[in-house]
Amino acid sequence: MKSGVDTGAIVKKYEVVIGLEVHAQLLTETKMFCRCSTKFGSEPNSQTCPVCIGMPGVLPVMNRKAVEYAILTGLATNCRIALYSRFARKNYFYPDLPKNYQISQYELPLCENGFVEIVVDDEVKRIGITRIHMEEDAGKNIHEERGDYSFVDLNRTGVPLMEIVSEPDLRSPREASEYMKKLRAILRYLGVCDGNMEQGSLRCDANVSIRPVGQNEFGTRAELKNINSFKFVEKALEYEIKRQVSVVEDGGRIIQETRLWDSVAGMTRSMRSKEEAHDYRYFPEPDLPPILVSQEWIDEIKANLPELPDDKRKRFIRQHGLPEYDAELLTSEKAIADWYERAVESGGQPKVVSNWMMGDLMRLLNEENKSVDALLFGPAQMVGMLKLIDDGTISGKIAKTVFEEMYRTGKNAGDVVNEKGLVQISDTSEIEMAVDDVLAKSASEVERFKAGDEKLMGFFVGQVMKATKGKANPKMLNDLLKEKLGR
Amino acid sequence: MNIRELRRLLDNREVSVRDVLAAVYGRIDAVEDKVKAFITVSRDEAYRMAEHAQESIISNRMSLLSGIPIAVKDNMCTKGILTTCASKILHNFIPPYESTVTAKLKEHLYVLVGKTNLDEFAMGSSTENSGFHTSRNPWNLECVPGGSSGGSAAAVAAGECIAAVGSDTGGSIRQPASLCGVVGLKPTYGRVSRYGLVAFASSLDQIGPITRDVSDAAAMLTAIAGHDPLDSTSVSYNTPDYEAALGKEIKGLRIGIPKEFFIEGIDKDVEEAVHAAIKKIESLGATAVEVSLPHTGFATAAYYILATSEASSNLGRYDGVKYGLREPGKDLIDMYMKTRAKGFGTEVKRRIMLGTYALSAGYYDAYYKKAQQVRTLIKNDFANAFKEADVIVTPTSPTPAFKVGEKATDPLQMYLSDIFTISVNLAGVPGISIPCGFTKGNLPVGLQIIGKHFDEETLLKAAYAYEQSTDWHMRRPSL
Repeated sequence: MKSGVDTGAIVKKYEVVIGLEVHAQLLTETKMFCRCSTKFGSEPNSQTCPVCIGMPGVLPVMNRKAVEYAILTGLATNCRIALYSRFARKNYFYPDLPKNYQISQYELPLCENGFVEIVVDDEVKRIGITRIHMEEDAGKNIHEERGDYSFVDLNRTGVPLMEIVSEPDLRSPREASEYMKKLRAILRYLGVCDGNMEQGSLRCDANVSIRPVGQNEFGTRAELKNINSFKFVEKALEYEIKRQVSVVEDGGRIIQETRLWDSVAGMTRSMRSKEEAHDYRYFPEPDLPPILVSQEWIDEIKANLPELPDDKRKRFIRQHGLPEYDAELLTSEKAIADWYERAVESGGQPKVVSNWMMGDLMRLLNEENKSVDALLFGPAQMVGMLKLIDDGTISGKIAKTVFEEMYRTGKNAGDVVNEKGLVQISDTSEIEMAVDDVLAKSASEVERFKAGDEKLMGFFVGQVMKATKGKANPKMLNDLLKEKLGR
Repeated sequence: MNIRELRRLLDNREVSVRDVLAAVYGRIDAVEDKVKAFITVSRDEAYRMAEHAQESIISNRMSLLSGIPIAVKDNMCTKGILTTCASKILHNFIPPYESTVTAKLKEHLYVLVGKTNLDEFAMGSSTENSGFHTSRNPWNLECVPGGSSGGSAAAVAAGECIAAVGSDTGGSIRQPASLCGVVGLKPTYGRVSRYGLVAFASSLDQIGPITRDVSDAAAMLTAIAGHDPLDSTSVSYNTPDYEAALGKEIKGLRIGIPKEFFIEGIDKDVEEAVHAAIKKIESLGATAVEVSLPHTGFATAAYYILATSEASSNLGRYDGVKYGLREPGKDLIDMYMKTRAKGFGTEVKRRIMLGTYALSAGYYDAYYKKAQQVRTLIKNDFANAFKEADVIVTPTSPTPAFKVGEKATDPLQMYLSDIFTISVNLAGVPGISIPCGFTKGNLPVGLQIIGKHFDEETLLKAAYAYEQSTDWHMRRPSL
């Protein structure tokens, strides 16, 4: 890339066009075409059978649950569900693909023509879903550091996948990232995929191109592979866009190619050009009859659809009077949304509960990379703590200490307050004594304050709080100090 | 001796399973050097199975095939027993699983005599494409037994087993049965599970019996037919007792004679024998009607596109990574290429290349898709013909057995051996070949009877009626 170019400014001359192909591993107990377990992290090749190893003469048998999950996802993303669809074979040679063809769908996918909504800068944008189809996963090659051999682990071979293909509707890395988050939220709400990008249960390939603002036809695209973490979605796309802009700015042309994101180097590298692209020789899978889906089955699945993130977000705004931002954040995970609603049901004031959850709770959870399911205390206990603030037993500041203790131990707020002696001092005479004591010891500061150095108010408050171990009722303390200092 | 007679002798304990088996192996010892029907003779396993079968007879729990020595084409997986597909690439492959068909035969307490020779991966019409050796026609050892199930047909004809199973993708059961003077039945596609049958062309492959007579074919079909949860293309219809269909009258049965099948190039003796057979069937009360299968001329072309396309994909798995032959190479691609170059024979390579080409980007529509459309037309041809006829009768093969080497260098000439059988696979309907005479050179001629989808009963009824009015099936080659 040309050095010293202000890419930021130049990028604005171009419009970015991104489409994502997302692979989601389905949370079925067994594989797509045999009854082997899909459990992650077992001894290599312990979850295999003649069918998923691709032995001679074996035949695939479709996992109905996987189809159900794909239909569920199609319905949740507003797709049309095909009553007649087909599996196809995608032929290519690789050791992690034992049959040397992957059973996938090609001409007739299960779901088509859907969309999801994302919120970027307070605006709702609709992103088209071209298709969702089912396929089987490949295994993993394990390369020895030294030595002449590579090894193949086929535990993942045949695990059911959905490929969710978006329209080229995304116009920035940020939108792509929001789309991924929304898709992940939907999949997790449905319980069809755990959405873990690091473990590879959610994978993302991106088709990226740029075109001068105002141009209608698309530019030549590059396909980015190996974006294996949420934090790399934006990074990889940003890098690739800058690369393409600088190629064009330097008078070059973008070539159609597949590029690999290298997260260590923070850049994309060419993997193969269009000329080297595989000819997959797709044809209908003769070992499997067409997938026939009845309208009754679709209706039955539809009836069991849970409330989805967008609906929940809208309801939170309506029902709990939350701002868009709070609602979006609280509904990003079903577990968080459920926790929130249980807190509100237990009598928590909606916006106060939201503030505590988005603030202290999320911070503590993020520090330890924990999920809300792992909390030692429940929503009602948090509401108990909020009541102690409301009735003046503890200050908002002390509450933070109490909350951390609850987080650590799972104890009730009242118990924490009692054990640690954190009850707020609201007795005027007790506070007055402390104030008098501090003012007596700080004669020179009092002088300076009276001479106009009003910043010292904070100093006096701090000293009294220190003396009372932070338990002085802040409002009463302020009033008393003002009174004593003649303000 | 057929299964029914042997069944009676065994059940009455006039003979023991062991004696029967010993007689079969005695025959194998005497003639196998000449016939070369087998790739593997599984003597030890057979005697164990024989003991097991004998116990069932003693305790009166005998089944349809208890103690019957049966040979299995070597493209059906038999757990713990070498299964090669007559290919060097699987020269050492011992399956850890059982094909559904052999599992069903096991449930019926059959005795596995051995695994029979075939054209490599069932691709051929003579067994000359076997990666190991060419089997011989028991009627004339200079001739081929037909193929690809040539080993199974030769073994039955030579008395090296009582019955056999073969597989039929374009005629691979019926053509060798015809050339060896035995009965070969290809059931309706979906009637018999393909699980454990090493795939050649998945949408065409079907397993069926090769036997001495029609009643054995019926008994074998009863044993192996039925839905299999491991094969989604197998149908869930109930399996009738096919033996019960035999012996019924065929008065009024309409037998269709397709005008397109009696073409130029058909052997004179074959044509005469088939015409005589049709007369015979008419004399039993059936009515011959002319029917038309107008797209017959395109069948061979469509077949060789569809079958090779599927094969090119099905054979992808033989890559040296997991099982079978591996030829070391300097890197992965080199290993793939060396393994496949050494492991596959010429005909298999030819078909993989044909199929790969037909599926390639830019050619798919012109070849694969067009061939699928032709297939639909051929299916419709049969549906229309079956409006006027209950069964259709044709020669099985245009010629009797040919000499070893005679067609080996001309694949197109070889492909024409299956000209009368191929459209049956494309349509998915059942077909049977039964002996209907001999040429002047004393080579057997086969009559093909084709039935409607899943109507093997009518097919067997007609075949049995004809067979019982002749003695072709009683003749044995002198070896």
